[in-house]
Amino acid sequence: MGRVEYWGEHGMSDLHKISVTINGEAIRASVPARLNLVDFIRTEAGLTGSHVGCEHGVCGACTIEVDGAMVRGCLMLAVQADGATVTTVEGFADSDFGPALQEAFQNNHALQCGYCTPGMLASALEYLRGVRSSATGPDRAAIRDHISGNYCRCTGYQSIVNAIAEVATSKAEGKS
Amino acid sequence: MSVAKPLPHDAARLHVTGTARYLDDIPTPTGCLSLAFGLSDVARGTITATNLNAVRAAPGVVAVITADDLPGANDVSPSVHDEPMLADGEVHYLGQPLFLVVAESHLAARKAARLGKVVITPQDPILTIDQALEEDSRFEGGPVIWTKGDIEAAFRTAPKSVEGTIEIGGQEHFYLEGQVALAIPGEDGDLLIHSSTQHPTEAQHKVAEALGTPMHSVRVETRRMGGGFGGKESQGNALAVACAVAAAQTGRPCKMRYDRDDDMTITGKRHDFRIKYRAGYGAGGRLLAVEFTQYARCGWSQDLSLPVADRAMLHADNAYDLPAVRIESHRLKTNTQSATAFRGFGGPQGMVGIERVMDHIAHDLGRDPLEVRRVNFYDDAIGEGGASGADGSGEKSDDVVPEPAKLGWRERRKAKKAAVAPAVTTEPAVQTTPYGMAVEDCVVNEIVADLAGTAQYDARRKEIAEWNAKSPILKRGIALTPVKFGISFTLTHLNQAGALVHVYTDGSVHLNHGGTEMGQGLFQKVAQVAADRFGIPIEMVKITATDTAKVPNTSATAASSGTDLNGMAVKAACDEIRDRIADCLADLHQAQPSDVWFEDGHVQVAGNRLTFAAAAGIAYENRVSLSATGFYKTPKVEWDRVAGKGRPFLYFAYGAAISEVVIDTLTGENRILRADILHDAGAPLNPAIDLGQVEGGYVQGAGWLTTEELVWDDKGKLTTHAPSTYKIPAASDRPEVFNVALWEKGLNRENTIFRSKAVGEPPLMLGISVLMALSDAVATGGKTYPALNAPATSEQVMNAIIRVRSE
Repeated sequence: MGRVEYWGEHGMSDLHKISVTINGEAIRASVPARLNLVDFIRTEAGLTGSHVGCEHGVCGACTIEVDGAMVRGCLMLAVQADGATVTTVEGFADSDFGPALQEAFQNNHALQCGYCTPGMLASALEYLRGVRSSATGPDRAAIRDHISGNYCRCTGYQSIVNAIAEVATSKAEGKS
Repeated sequence: MSVAKPLPHDAARLHVTGTARYLDDIPTPTGCLSLAFGLSDVARGTITATNLNAVRAAPGVVAVITADDLPGANDVSPSVHDEPMLADGEVHYLGQPLFLVVAESHLAARKAARLGKVVITPQDPILTIDQALEEDSRFEGGPVIWTKGDIEAAFRTAPKSVEGTIEIGGQEHFYLEGQVALAIPGEDGDLLIHSSTQHPTEAQHKVAEALGTPMHSVRVETRRMGGGFGGKESQGNALAVACAVAAAQTGRPCKMRYDRDDDMTITGKRHDFRIKYRAGYGAGGRLLAVEFTQYARCGWSQDLSLPVADRAMLHADNAYDLPAVRIESHRLKTNTQSATAFRGFGGPQGMVGIERVMDHIAHDLGRDPLEVRRVNFYDDAIGEGGASGADGSGEKSDDVVPEPAKLGWRERRKAKKAAVAPAVTTEPAVQTTPYGMAVEDCVVNEIVADLAGTAQYDARRKEIAEWNAKSPILKRGIALTPVKFGISFTLTHLNQAGALVHVYTDGSVHLNHGGTEMGQGLFQKVAQVAADRFGIPIEMVKITATDTAKVPNTSATAASSGTDLNGMAVKAACDEIRDRIADCLADLHQAQPSDVWFEDGHVQVAGNRLTFAAAAGIAYENRVSLSATGFYKTPKVEWDRVAGKGRPFLYFAYGAAISEVVIDTLTGENRILRADILHDAGAPLNPAIDLGQVEGGYVQGAGWLTTEELVWDDKGKLTTHAPSTYKIPAASDRPEVFNVALWEKGLNRENTIFRSKAVGEPPLMLGISVLMALSDAVATGGKTYPALNAPATSEQVMNAIIRVRSE
């Protein structure tokens, strides 16, 4: 999985030096200008939890956190992440709502084949950070709307919305 | 007892931490090469010249392989050897692989594949059903025809009749993980293939044929797929064979992953159908005669089209007793992707046909479609072998059906029974399907009654009518449709499975079987069976990748049969080992083997309580084998597909759904507002996993019939070849109110694994209720029948609205 082998077709002259922090670990690398961030994460960083689904920004399987914002790993270039702090599914256990979401997804059967799960968790994290506490309970319509850019072909989304709503309820009650 | 517990998916923890390993995540050995196909840009023609010099000269390219370079069979067909992996002289569809590029990287291979110069003399492609009929382009010669009863006589005497046509679009699987394979060469010509396939044995078989080696030299392993839905039953063969051929030629590991656009352009989809129908019926809506002509667009190669088209015929009755019926099935050969397996396997299309008939008759009579459906349901079974409402003739009478809404279904059935009850008691005749199988396990009346009750169908229908009267632009609609789906492979010999179980001396268990995991939860359900048989916690059971070297000659994980077949095979293997341990311990303690108990992680014998590990250790020290294979074959099934007679299925799975929708009559835009579902999973092995299948199946079925539109241009190019143009349901598309339950009374009358029922495919067809609810909403706009086609996109809904207003 060496770099030259993987990027051979680009030629060495095309490489750009970047430094990026992924899940707390600083990584320095030389990358081709047109390398997608998600491909960089999967091959160079060896973090294969972020999945490649459609490679043009529609399915959401490669959603990751870059400097606090959720982005499509297939629509951002690795060079654009120079100096950035990236969190992938492998790092969600150390994030604010990550552990609660991971638990809720398991207990609510919010996954089947699991391929969409890392991206779905990323979008769910973003939702939970933005949502205000509400006395009327979780806003399921808002949850559905927020994750509508993440395709799941297996579950029908019911269990996923349930899982996110459960964590939102815990947040509202000050449990997490 | 681990069985019946709602345990999470076996890999749930791995999935949420990003550590579940899919094929593309497997670290590749040093020197691994990547592959890409060069594709045809015309739909039909003859290759006259091929110049691949630019491909060979492209950066990173190691080899370019054409049909002439292949060492063995150039075929990836799952059926009749009519599917060359690389075009051999003739081109049959736009997107057909012409040559194979082997390069140092995925991107290098893909870039180089675009540089090929293949000169093709084009011919007019056969793209549509009409063109195929005109050219008589088909598989199996003429149409397949099955009949039951004297249909012409029944039509002559039928008081009323309707006829019409429905177009039913295909469906892209859109498994989130695209097709992918990896081949790793070993010593002496051996190959290890990792394949994202529902059918490892077939991949092994096709690779062996392609290389001209024995199957024992090829090992195929599949740990998990990121979704399959039938799209990885045969469509993975090309990648496995390509990797094998390239690995054999270069001596290096080779990996191939389709880019999404290539995946959608190359691989087959659900068959689109046109169904013509004519139905004769009585004033109460009771069907007397039905005639279907099903046209299936099969694409360029046969693939699995014959059994798919068979299954469409086998489900032309859905849950309805058809006294006289004729089903004619045309399997049309076209210059498009080879249509393939997709969850339901033809069943959904067949069912849409009869549901359309029900809807049309109800419109014709001005009655609630549910009333018409109920009049025609098969009778529910009562007790062993009997059927409620059986009146000696097995026929239903049309004239005793009371006015709708005055009586509940139980009273109506009772009234009907009384009205036609014969004076003398005779053997109750069980109703039979159009193909002569007795319907012995029907529960559709009861499920529908339960669902219509809890979901307040009658009250809501009334409320919707009142609401529509006051709403000039937006119109709501509601529909209840049932599902009766036959469980078993129709190719009878496929109904077999094997398992391999080892018990180690620490009491841990290694579990293997022929089924593959694509997210459906098969592995966990089968592990629950193993844990139950040994009386040990589920954590003691290690689920391992499907592997042709461990369990050979397997069937595809398809036809919803994974748990039924593999669960029984694993049970047989576990029971074999358990009996050996019991014999050993009974011998040592001068007890009977039947007095040895396995529960709570312990084994009890003659007043002694040992841990399971200790028992395994004792058995080992007494030289007892702790490894066993298990085998299962489905009983009772027999099927003559040419005659269309027999018992193709062990049993039926049932369910019902109510969908409520709203349409905008100015734009055709529409939404699903609410869905209520009751589904029969028998006595579920894992109710949580099964519920997930029901929820997901409904949404996938609804997507098929609403937003998922495949469009080919007049050159045969699939223009909807990515999610940017092909719309699968998102979270925002699912109903706001979504009440889904497994039927509490469910129990399989047949001796299946713990009396559960298969649950993979049947729920997909619950989505038909959405199409019928849309029809109901459209029908409010005028007197003409909507004749709504599928998928009911906004455009189709608008067309139907215009049609309804036309007269």
